[in-house]
Amino acid sequence: MAPLLEMRSITKAFPGVKALDQVNLRVREGEIHAICGENGAGKSTLMKVLSGVYAAGSYEGEIVYEGKVANFRSTRDSEACGIIIIHQELALVPLLSIAENIHLGNERGRYGCVNWAEAFQATRELLDKVGLKEAPGTRVETLGVGKQQLVEIAKALSRNVRLLILDEPTAALSETDSQALLDLLLDLKAQGVTSIIITHKLNEVRRVADRVTVIRDGASISTLDAGREAITEDRIVRDMVGRDMSHRYPARERRCGPVAMEVDHWNVWHPEHRDRQVIRDLSMRVHAGEVVGIAGLMGAGRTELAMSLFGRSWGSRITGSVFMHGKPVDTSTVPRAIAAGLAYVTEDRKSLGLILEETIRCNTTMAHLEAVASWGVISGVQETAVAEQYRQAMRIRTPSVFQKVANLSGGNQQKVVLSKWLFTAPEVLILDEPTRGIDVGAKYEIYGIINDLSKAGKGVVMISSELPELLGMCDRIYVMSEGAFVGEVSADEASQELIMSLIVRK
Amino acid sequence: MNRSETLNPPNRVGAYIAQHMRDYGLIFALIAIMVFFQVATDGTLLRPVNITNLVLQNSYIIIMALGMLLVIISGQIDLSVGSIMGFIGALAAMMIVPYELPVGLTIVTCLLCGMLIGAIHGYFVAYWKIPSFIVTLAGMLIFRGLSLWLLEGQSVGPFPRSFQALSTGFIPDFIGSGRPNLTAFVAGLAAVLLILWQGLREREHNARYGIEDEPIGLFLLRNASMAAAILFIGWKLASFRGLPNVLVSMVVLTAIYFFITERTVIGRRIYAVGGNEKAAKLSGIRTERLTFLTFVNMGLLAALAGLIFAARLNTATPKAGFGVELDVIAAVFIGGASMSGGSGRIMGAVIGAFIMGVMNNGMSIIGIGIDYQQVIKGLVLLAAVFFDVYNKNKGA
Repeated sequence: MAPLLEMRSITKAFPGVKALDQVNLRVREGEIHAICGENGAGKSTLMKVLSGVYAAGSYEGEIVYEGKVANFRSTRDSEACGIIIIHQELALVPLLSIAENIHLGNERGRYGCVNWAEAFQATRELLDKVGLKEAPGTRVETLGVGKQQLVEIAKALSRNVRLLILDEPTAALSETDSQALLDLLLDLKAQGVTSIIITHKLNEVRRVADRVTVIRDGASISTLDAGREAITEDRIVRDMVGRDMSHRYPARERRCGPVAMEVDHWNVWHPEHRDRQVIRDLSMRVHAGEVVGIAGLMGAGRTELAMSLFGRSWGSRITGSVFMHGKPVDTSTVPRAIAAGLAYVTEDRKSLGLILEETIRCNTTMAHLEAVASWGVISGVQETAVAEQYRQAMRIRTPSVFQKVANLSGGNQQKVVLSKWLFTAPEVLILDEPTRGIDVGAKYEIYGIINDLSKAGKGVVMISSELPELLGMCDRIYVMSEGAFVGEVSADEASQELIMSLIVRK
Repeated sequence: MNRSETLNPPNRVGAYIAQHMRDYGLIFALIAIMVFFQVATDGTLLRPVNITNLVLQNSYIIIMALGMLLVIISGQIDLSVGSIMGFIGALAAMMIVPYELPVGLTIVTCLLCGMLIGAIHGYFVAYWKIPSFIVTLAGMLIFRGLSLWLLEGQSVGPFPRSFQALSTGFIPDFIGSGRPNLTAFVAGLAAVLLILWQGLREREHNARYGIEDEPIGLFLLRNASMAAAILFIGWKLASFRGLPNVLVSMVVLTAIYFFITERTVIGRRIYAVGGNEKAAKLSGIRTERLTFLTFVNMGLLAALAGLIFAARLNTATPKAGFGVELDVIAAVFIGGASMSGGSGRIMGAVIGAFIMGVMNNGMSIIGIGIDYQQVIKGLVLLAAVFFDVYNKNKGA
């Protein structure tokens, strides 16, 4: 039987990074096809290629859909063919009703006037199909995430969906909502809708998927068929992580001084959904000179943990205590956290770490301007000298510290962020995805900098979605899932399989 | 740097100008506009009396543009400044004329009152995150209404001499006999020397750190023409009545705010807040407090402008300051500040205000009706910002 969709040798490159390399994917008519892979493996990029977010021509390879070569130039093209993607961040307008959302851009009626009776009737039928018992006039913002997900699916159904793509549909859902959603997918399958589901949760894959394609480092590794062989979690995990990792990390010796930072019974609730606890009674410690990793999947709460520790920059109703060198410290605002000896290198350096339109010099001294100023007046000479010193120490590749950081490569930008925080002379640095979006050579340099920090007796907490990176760099790794540590492994006993299975089995 | 080394020396000047098109463009625009009106008004524009007038008429716009620049750099806007100006003028008039309170006390009270108004706006903007457009729009209505109420719809005046001196007074001639006023000329000379010294010091610093600097020819040309302009104006003022008090306070304030924005920690942080508020906050900058302070400062400067304006007219009228906020905001944007915050220079805002001022003055002398004046000012604002955006797109 000819497949409904075939993606052949898809290669997509971004400046400096090859996100997809000769990826193949075949999806049969009427099946549920799961795509598994680590964060950053290229799953979302692949789906963006398929749905036309990346227009035809911006990638190599070809897409064959319903037997014809498809050249989607925008999501409009792919939607016209019945390919509908539901993103992790739902694309609903919160202040509009369910009916309005479902028919948005596809309004019922003529001459620019909406026929509400017809729209409501159609909405009722659709909601019936997805099993959502809400009035069509209900505003979307009053619905929970699970129900909003169903509205999205109803919206897809209203556009005669042939191939439904769900990107991590259950990531934000409770257990019961997840089960209901999976049941709905099986239902839709019975009605002839083909689905692709991207997920980390292997028990879900086992439950609904007919076939599984595993993607790793931008390449398709394997496709498993549930009809032919039993799909085991072990097998999927092995395909997800297996790779050669020698020589990608600079050698380092273990150093472990006295405890530098200790976090005790840390609890954080979501700032908007105040009944949702994001960090659950979490405790951790970091020794001087130690590199501690935090592993976990997207949505595990790693960034939320870091930001709540660093001046309560995220979350509400925060409880728990932080100790530096055994003494309790106040980290309730960012200036206090900095004074206590903490530094936080954000995950998103462009929007949270740097002022892109300013110079390297200005960004370097931003968090510790007092050090180059007296009586509130900045000494240009001192400031330039400091920036220059970090430019050389970090090997930031630029002719002068008066360059705008917007003009630097990702690796060099990250070095500027690191300079900024090192200039505050912290005791403990929290690095959130320090090598994301950075090419291989620059990554190696960043690793070298981390090792130097550890040599200088700083405690380093490294949050990363790349397991090999954590294994290559850390002395100890906390495994995090759903807001709590579910395991702690030392460098000697850690392996990707062990960590992955701690996360997915929980 | 690498790029400039491969270019021939003559091209280097061209390349430098192209890179700093915005700064030079602004100066050229001001010069072009002045030359145009000088010709169109048969030389009236640069007559000593008119130069003095130009300064008196535009001082309050320039003073408020200094504060508005900080507000706009931090990513906000203040629509209430015209109303604050009118309200403070009314307050001063009521204190001095019917109640006969001392001038000194009145001035201090009015300035404090301006700061308080700014603080109220800043409080809602910074700590409650209400968009500044809305908060200050409300303030604009409130204080417009309050000044009407204070004055009961009447004009109140005249002021005693000591209060009028705020605006229409002149610095006495310490050095010469007063005809011509040597103090004015010497002050101009001193300003030129100071600016030259500062420029040379900066060049030396830049050379030490290998920063690509303005080619020396361009530096000399720019400073020579600036020196000529200042000395020319100094001479013209000297041959009329000397230095107006307002000019002195304006220059001093400009120098202070120039220093604050370019050299101080607080100035740098205001740029940081406007450039990327989240990053600034995560770098330990108290972003709310800074936003609050920029509004307090704006209130202070608006109050000062209100006093000067009332002193110049010698009455407080309910109409005072009507629509002035738009001139102030336009001056800042003509001067190259970005709507999204994070960029803008004091000298730009001052030149922007002068461009507006010279146009107002020149068009009035020629006798262009108020209707066309508005149209032309609007077109100039649009052209200036378009030029900005066009340059940016070309560079990208």
